[in-house]
Amino acid sequence: MNFVALRMLTGDRSKYFGLVFAIAFCTFLLENQTSIFANIMRRTASQILDVTDAEVWVMDPKTEYWDQTKALKDTDLTRVRGVPGVAWAVRLFKGNPVAKTLNGKFAVSLLIGLDDATLSGAPRKMLRGSWQQLREPDSVVLDQAGYVLLFPGEPLELGRTLEMNDHRVTVVGISDASAPFLSVPVMHTRYSEAVNFLGRERTQLSFIIARPLPGTTPDELAARIAGATALRARTTQQFIWDCIRYYLKNTGIPVNFGITILVALVVGTVVAGQTFYLFTVENLKQFGTLKAMGVTNPRLVGMILLQAASVAALGFALGTGMAATFFEITLRNLATRGIVLMWQCAALTGACILFVAVVASVLSIRRVLVLEPAEVFR
Amino acid sequence: MTPAADTAAVSCRDVQKHFGEGETRVQALRGVEFVARFGELSFLVGPSGCGKTTLISVIAGLLDRTGGELSVLGVEIDGLTPGERVLFRRKNVGFLFQQYNLLPAFTAAENVAVPLLIGGILRKEALERARSLLARLGLSQRTEALPSQLSGGQQQRVALARALVHEPRLVICDEPTAALDHASGEAVMDLLAGNAVHPDRAVIVVTHDTRVFHYAQSIAHMDDGRIAKVTRGQLTEARA
Repeated sequence: MNFVALRMLTGDRSKYFGLVFAIAFCTFLLENQTSIFANIMRRTASQILDVTDAEVWVMDPKTEYWDQTKALKDTDLTRVRGVPGVAWAVRLFKGNPVAKTLNGKFAVSLLIGLDDATLSGAPRKMLRGSWQQLREPDSVVLDQAGYVLLFPGEPLELGRTLEMNDHRVTVVGISDASAPFLSVPVMHTRYSEAVNFLGRERTQLSFIIARPLPGTTPDELAARIAGATALRARTTQQFIWDCIRYYLKNTGIPVNFGITILVALVVGTVVAGQTFYLFTVENLKQFGTLKAMGVTNPRLVGMILLQAASVAALGFALGTGMAATFFEITLRNLATRGIVLMWQCAALTGACILFVAVVASVLSIRRVLVLEPAEVFR
Repeated sequence: MTPAADTAAVSCRDVQKHFGEGETRVQALRGVEFVARFGELSFLVGPSGCGKTTLISVIAGLLDRTGGELSVLGVEIDGLTPGERVLFRRKNVGFLFQQYNLLPAFTAAENVAVPLLIGGILRKEALERARSLLARLGLSQRTEALPSQLSGGQQQRVALARALVHEPRLVICDEPTAALDHASGEAVMDLLAGNAVHPDRAVIVVTHDTRVFHYAQSIAHMDDGRIAKVTRGQLTEARA
């Protein structure tokens, strides 16, 4: 009877394609919007993720997330290093100077100052040059997107000059840094240089990054540092979620995306669910005929479930394909780099589509089960 | 006439059926006495609303009666569970509907094969048997046509093949010629009389098409939920 169920489903091509595309577009919208939302949220912590050396981040107790920091005292570094279980701890500066090119192009940038001795936190994905060249005086590593922004239409070349706070710096490397939340150039330099590129303040230490000794977990170390120094110490994962939570709580992003996602879900549910329900209702006479001819109720339920599952699976696959194609295309764009179709979003969307299919099936099944087979004579 | 033809395939005694309760109660069958014999075309005729459709629905096990006794093919339908009743219908009853009720997305052969598929026959074998029967009914060139590509008479022939393909012992036809012109109706009735009537099978035809009464071996005239009279048809008289 599977053959009968599937032929009934595909027999009316316009209805069948209407059903499949309703679910496909619902899938596309849900996967697209949830993935963009999740990736934008992840961007709030891009630079934390890029610092692969660090397992614990130490900051002023008032610092809530990456983008706004209150400086630590230089002596705090010594205090952190004195906490039992610390393998190493180094300084990390974060500032937002204005970088200018010689032809007058300028952009507010994200400058990260690395420990002079170890260069811990240096970008690991390099497209041109080497991060070790940061040991040269007045040198920076600039990310590709920043390079394209500051030197539009020019090939990726090392040795270009930028000006920051009346200092001339040379681009010694081009990195493939993760896109920051705001589309600004990302530059890395040494700590001692970074503080000069921004203008001196009394205290400038943004973060201390640390690693635990073997046998100590990052969670344990973070708790110990917080206890011993009264500073805020977070593991990398905790700090990432701090940033995401901050933006979720203090910006309109979740509301805007939430509305779009909700609309996609409601429209998709109503359109796909109602179309499938109407498909069954319009086929009631056929179901009644089958019932009269001796098809049992469980068999009819199986047929409807098979029809719903087929449409949902095909629509979901098509929609996921559309979403994957969309992200494959946008992935090549520097402004939207790093925004990918997340498997969690696909799984969540799959669950929603399954829910829609189940609800529509249950309503349809109810109509078929209460159908009197004697109706076929009317 | 074979010995089986003398025995009753369907026997109704004082069969009652009402719909609704209280003020909305409608008494559709008021003590029907009806017999359909094996090997015969039994017609059930009468004006609209006299209870013909209700009676065949009760006989086919599609509706429960509210009183009286009913035996179909020697089985007391009331003694069966709902599931057994469905299986009984699947195995023993073939239907021919006024509006054909063919599945629009299925070819003629696939439509005919449906009762076999319901019975668990493999698709290939079911289609072979369906095509063979369609050929017997003169539709060998139209087996792969969709219902929408067939004339009314051809659709009713496909429906007839579907009613017979699983070799049921009871065939119930509801106004099989009502939607057809005279020639097509005659052709369908010829095929029905020639292919459905069998010593081990009873055929009940509900109709008010007087043009086809001459095919009947017995005609039960219904009025107001009762069998008003039973006459023997011309075929019976001719045989006698």
